[in-house]
Amino acid sequence: MAVLDSKVPEGPLEEKWVNHKNNINLVNPANKRNIDVIVVGTGLAGSSAAATLGELGYNVKTFCYNDSPRRAHSIAAQGGINAAKNYQGDGDSNYRLFYDTIKGGDYRSREANTYRLAEVSSNIIDQCVAQGVPFAREYGGLLDNRSFGGVLVSRTFYAAGQTGQQLLLGAYSALNRQINRGKVQPFNRHEMLDLVVVDGKARGIIARNLVTGEIERHGAHAVVIASGGYGNVFFLSTNAMGSNVMAAWRTHRRGAFFANPCYTQIHPTCIPVSGEHQSKLTLMSESLRNDGRIWVPKKKEDAEAIRAGKLKGVNIPEEDRDYYLERRYPAFGNLVPRDVASRAAKERCDAGYGVNKTGQAVYLDFEAAFKRYGKVEALTRGHKNASEEEMIKLGKEVIKKKYGNLFDMYQNISDDNPYEVPMKIFPAVHYTMGGLWVDYNLQTTIPGCFAAGEANFSDHGANRLGASALMQGLADGYFVLPYTIGDYLANEIRTGEISTDTPEFEQAEKDTKERIEKLMNASGKHSVDYYHKKLGLIMWNKCGMSRNATDLQKAMDEISELRADFWANVRVTGSADTKNQELEKAGRVADFLELGELFAKDALDRNESCGGHFREEYQTPEGEALRDDENYDYVAAWEYNENPRDAKLHKEELVFENVELKTRSYK
Amino acid sequence: MKLNLKIWRQEGPNVKGKLVDYPLDGVDGDMSFLEMMDILNEELINKGDVPVEFDHDCREGICGSCNMMINGEPHGPQKLTTTCQLHMRKFNDGDTITIEPWRAKAFPVVKDLIVDRSAFDRIQQAGGYISVNTSGNTQDANATPIEKEKADEAFWSATCIGCGACVAACKNASAMLFTSAKISQYALLPQGELEATQRVEAMVRQMDEEGFGNCSNTGACMVECPKGIKLENIARMNREYLKAEVVG
Ligand SMILES: Cc1cc2nc3c(=O)[nH]c(=O)nc-3n(C[C@H](O)[C@H](O)[C@H](O)COP(=O)(O)OP(=O)(O)OC[C@H]3O[C@@H](n4cnc5c(N)ncnc54)[C@H](O)[C@@H]3O)c2cc1C
Ligand code: SF4
Ligand code: FES
Repeated sequence: MAVLDSKVPEGPLEEKWVNHKNNINLVNPANKRNIDVIVVGTGLAGSSAAATLGELGYNVKTFCYNDSPRRAHSIAAQGGINAAKNYQGDGDSNYRLFYDTIKGGDYRSREANTYRLAEVSSNIIDQCVAQGVPFAREYGGLLDNRSFGGVLVSRTFYAAGQTGQQLLLGAYSALNRQINRGKVQPFNRHEMLDLVVVDGKARGIIARNLVTGEIERHGAHAVVIASGGYGNVFFLSTNAMGSNVMAAWRTHRRGAFFANPCYTQIHPTCIPVSGEHQSKLTLMSESLRNDGRIWVPKKKEDAEAIRAGKLKGVNIPEEDRDYYLERRYPAFGNLVPRDVASRAAKERCDAGYGVNKTGQAVYLDFEAAFKRYGKVEALTRGHKNASEEEMIKLGKEVIKKKYGNLFDMYQNISDDNPYEVPMKIFPAVHYTMGGLWVDYNLQTTIPGCFAAGEANFSDHGANRLGASALMQGLADGYFVLPYTIGDYLANEIRTGEISTDTPEFEQAEKDTKERIEKLMNASGKHSVDYYHKKLGLIMWNKCGMSRNATDLQKAMDEISELRADFWANVRVTGSADTKNQELEKAGRVADFLELGELFAKDALDRNESCGGHFREEYQTPEGEALRDDENYDYVAAWEYNENPRDAKLHKEELVFENVELKTRSYK
Repeated sequence: MKLNLKIWRQEGPNVKGKLVDYPLDGVDGDMSFLEMMDILNEELINKGDVPVEFDHDCREGICGSCNMMINGEPHGPQKLTTTCQLHMRKFNDGDTITIEPWRAKAFPVVKDLIVDRSAFDRIQQAGGYISVNTSGNTQDANATPIEKEKADEAFWSATCIGCGACVAACKNASAMLFTSAKISQYALLPQGELEATQRVEAMVRQMDEEGFGNCSNTGACMVECPKGIKLENIARMNREYLKAEVVG
């Protein structure tokens, strides 16, 4: 495949999706009964897609490695989900949501997809409320909103700090309804290990039953990959421990292009790394930045004294604090987008102003909010002459109502009381904007193979604004894919049942078994985690928050060496015919070791800075990202070619007809 | 610190299991309980032994995967805490810690500390949902205002993570707290009222079929629930069930 056809429909931006829906092929209800669809992944994207496809009448099989669909990684999302409802009357509209998302993504996403996302966002909220998702409400009984980084309106719907949980349980309940009706058949504790392609079309998957170790063949007329993101290539990240790239990567190995692998979102407000033993990093919701102020000491001596344990943050007077986000970005202040906030924190820490033992932390301070809220609260309660102390006490109660669970979580992990001392935070790997390349119909470069949610690359560009991943997952699953997949399946009604007794299935099963055997039979020097941690360090140090050509080249070499060592020397205990978590991890790390190298190659190839991709060679004198629209305004879609470093680059030129490409400024 | 771990090892559902001693050194107070288990497993692997299998995923206290009896208590000694959020600073140097899987007929052991909790899924599948089409043609979300107190109560019931600690804590292995939390969420919302009767009947029937025991109001479930799901939910479920019987 030489040219990437994005299949973006003709016509004005606002009419593209409606026109497209009017023109795509439909499948007659009686024929849907004869069509099978496999959905890999039961997070927001997979559950909503499977439920809707089941309801439309297709026969659906879902796969997930968790013991229940309800435990997919989506469950962990805290902050909220965006929608252009304009309930607050603060000037929101589909166009504004679209515009913020395009700008936030540093003009590296596809206009038509992003507009469609904004357009269907309102339906998501209606749908979820009808399903019984208990969003936060105001006293008048209407839905409440808050705002997130990178925007100036209040468009984020939430359910305390557990929005992802409630949205996923909503989608899971819709899925359960279809399971009860017999339209969806769930395969939990099953892992997809390969995609089966017959005559150029996706026709099924090879999966491993994680309890019995059995290798199974499953055929279908179409396969949807909704397997989430690959942030765990860094080992330490905010992702769930099981999140991995296997399903997407094996699909890539079978011919699907992998787009923009180097676009990684680093989230600015995570609990800093405390020691060697750490297995994952915990996010503190971005909503905290609505009320918290971020700072480091102005004087280096103060920072040094804090690191040595001789001085405490609370004892530094106001005039000696550097609220660097407010200083650098007066218009957005603490609410600048994630990439900007993360880089600014790194810049201060690199300059020697970090405030924990390792020098890799900044303060997130609620003192001003305690006072501000306390004053209002005291006045409302009629305490006209409340002392500062009383006001702070009242203010703490208000904050407790808003963010209590997050404060408790922070204390539990760090053993510090955030009501008394400022929180310490540092950026951590959070979300991957890259993924399988898809066209407007969410189809990959393999006909019949679709990708949804974080597993595809489409809507966020080089950076994702907060509260828009949940939106994208549900938009894809409930409202986009169920239409667009029909266009493909309309030509499949005469195909008949997909047999799994074909040479292609046999070959894929054989390949899978050989791979497992190879892993089980390696020499056995080091554990899987040993390799995963090594890879993570290479990724963080050389492909992390900032990158340069020399380091990226080194990273590619180091990863390829590590990969060779892994295949020769990894130790996988136990056997392949029972539950075996070491074997599961080994398969995933093997894929990360390939993806990591492609990641570095992609970053090396992109000689510009944009969004989450910051190349040190390309920055303004003030240290802001310097984009190169002339030469890099494209999606990098890589074609698999045995060795990741030999992957072939295909470019999808991005066309902007509705927005003007501007320097992203939040000043 | 130095610990003496006694861990339940069981190769499969049909094999007999036993407690095995594992001394472990170098445990740090900042580690989570699961990170402590990671170190043990790394040691076992380096010795060529088979590591201990346990379920875990988010490590943020929200997915409900991690589950183990720690010294006889589900998720260990700290209240309102999942195992992944329990930190080793809650233990002392030299402690002996016994670690076992959930024990309930309806939760058969898969391997070591992993049990099969799919019975919970089947209870939900029996009717734990609102029958609305996923078509995008639903009415505007603000068309039906909901009293804040009610919405909040529905939310708190909905925060159950499906971990099963309530079942493990109960001497009857009853699943009432879990089931009632789901039933409450929908019963409290106007959208869920229409199907309330069928829902409660179907879910209770399924719960009984799965082999969970009956509730004898001891309240151990609430004490051990990491999310603080309240006993009021059980009362509400009983009311809903009675209503259904009268109507039905
Ligand atoms: C701590 C945290 C907070 C967040 N907060 C927010 C927020 O406030 N707002 C927001 O918009 N976004 C947020 N995000 C991002 C958002 O949660 C994710 O991007 C989104 O949920 C991804 O959904 P998904 O359906 O694409 O994939 P996931 O939820 O990751 O689901 C992946 C599914 O695929 C399955 N799977 C994977 N590989 C295989 C395989 N090989 N075989 C079988 N099954 C497989 C898994 O079992 C799982 O079911 C947050 C993320 C984190 C980590
Ligand atoms: S009610 Fe509590 S203990 Fe029981 S499953 Fe839900 S969260 Fe776990
Ligand atoms: S691992 Fe998710 S709740 Fe403990």
